[in-house]
Amino acid sequence: MMTTLAKTKYILLTALFFCFAPLLAQAEGLVADQSFKGDNEIIVHFSGPVDRAKAEDVNNYTVFEEPDPDIRLVLKSATLSKDDKSLSLSFQEPLNTALPHVITVKGLVAGIEKTTFTVSKSYLGYLFGILISALLINNFVFTKYLGLCVFFGTSKKKTTAKGMGVVFTLVMVVSALMSWFFYNFILIPYDLNFLQIVVFIGLVSLTVQAVDTVLRKVNPILFNSFGVYLVLVIANCVIIAVPLILANNNYNVFETFMLALGAGGGFLLALYLMSSVSERMQLANIPPTFKGLPIAFIVAGQFAMAFLGFSGLQLF
Amino acid sequence: MQLIARGILSENPIFKLALSMCPAVGISTTVMNGLMLGIAVLFVQVFSSITIAIFKNVIHPRIRIPTYTLTIATWVTVIDLVLAAYLPEAYAKMGIFVKLIVAFAIITMRLEMFASKESVNDSFWDGLGMGLGFMVGMMVIGFFRELLGSGAILGYDVLGFKPLLFFILPSAGFFVVGLMMAFFNWIEIYYKRSKGLR
Repeated sequence: MMTTLAKTKYILLTALFFCFAPLLAQAEGLVADQSFKGDNEIIVHFSGPVDRAKAEDVNNYTVFEEPDPDIRLVLKSATLSKDDKSLSLSFQEPLNTALPHVITVKGLVAGIEKTTFTVSKSYLGYLFGILISALLINNFVFTKYLGLCVFFGTSKKKTTAKGMGVVFTLVMVVSALMSWFFYNFILIPYDLNFLQIVVFIGLVSLTVQAVDTVLRKVNPILFNSFGVYLVLVIANCVIIAVPLILANNNYNVFETFMLALGAGGGFLLALYLMSSVSERMQLANIPPTFKGLPIAFIVAGQFAMAFLGFSGLQLF
Repeated sequence: MQLIARGILSENPIFKLALSMCPAVGISTTVMNGLMLGIAVLFVQVFSSITIAIFKNVIHPRIRIPTYTLTIATWVTVIDLVLAAYLPEAYAKMGIFVKLIVAFAIITMRLEMFASKESVNDSFWDGLGMGLGFMVGMMVIGFFRELLGSGAILGYDVLGFKPLLFFILPSAGFFVVGLMMAFFNWIEIYYKRSKGLR
């Protein structure tokens, strides 16, 4: 138990380190800085003074969300600050701040016909959003209904649930990163996309086998307590779902890592919650027809309803 | 014939063996969805059973599980591409679950328990029975959820009103499956009791 937890801590630290790296990017030329303010305002800072008359004319702007360039967003007003350097754009409708917005301005500075720039939330926030989404909003067990066999099988005792969740997270992160590598550097370049199911299931079984071997040598006690479940891990939809989702969404390596971590953490959370309830249920007086799986299903249904409350959660 | 009946009734994959429940909860919102995924599973189950039954003497026992997995993965790829090409609408509704057939415990279990020992002919009927059992289970859940949730069956409005909109919500899948399992348990207990009294 302890070694696995320690390992997870290191993995987490490395992850955090990697997440900060891509922050040092963006912003060039005239536009120094741009950000959302509230849900219907965009603040832009320029590196030099701009033409006041042009900048405050709403008709000079075209604004759209990056995925649909045909839908133009309507500007209410554009206000330039006194030093001609920072601009505040307010919109009639609330913006969907999760998507990047592309803004084009005509003739801001004499000599330049058009200035185009993109406003989006910080990349770290976006990555964290993926993590939270996989963990709570789209929890793999309660809102995507994956991995139910193992979920109902191993959520009897808290200790098993915890160990199982950690093993799952570990296998999931390793196999997702490997799948990402294979998908981007072998399947796509050689146009073998139709083989994704075969390749991903092979990789997952391989990872499980590796974890099995390593665990057997490193920590035999731990291996004895959930070596049995490792076999279950192979035939589990959660683990194979992560590579399929990342292939569908064309995630990069950071996003893949966050998705796998969130999915594993979500599974751990679900197992832990369920096992706490099961421990209580052993003492409760349940009608004989509902004993065992039926009552477990109904409890899971109630958890699923509770998790519905997370939908629409937005932190960044 | 006996093999088919066993798959549908006494060893129903969803209600009796409690295997492959992810899709049973996830996408059984309508009868049609249940039927579509049921057909896909039936196809994969029958063809994997036949493949393994044909090659059972060639497969080395130590690598049998990976072989099963790869066989299933191949057939899943086939049905995945076929559905995506010919029924894009239904395919979009089922989403990732078609690809996830590869991880269904029921298929691997039938290969391990039955197809790797019995003849090709028996394996075919066993696969057909299990696939049909899964399909029937999915359709029954879909029937209740569609009837109670949107008052319709197969898209046709039957009741004219919507009794419990809650049942169309995804989380209701857990409740429906749980209640149906309890119902089957109740029948079993009742049956045993009446027999014991006699």
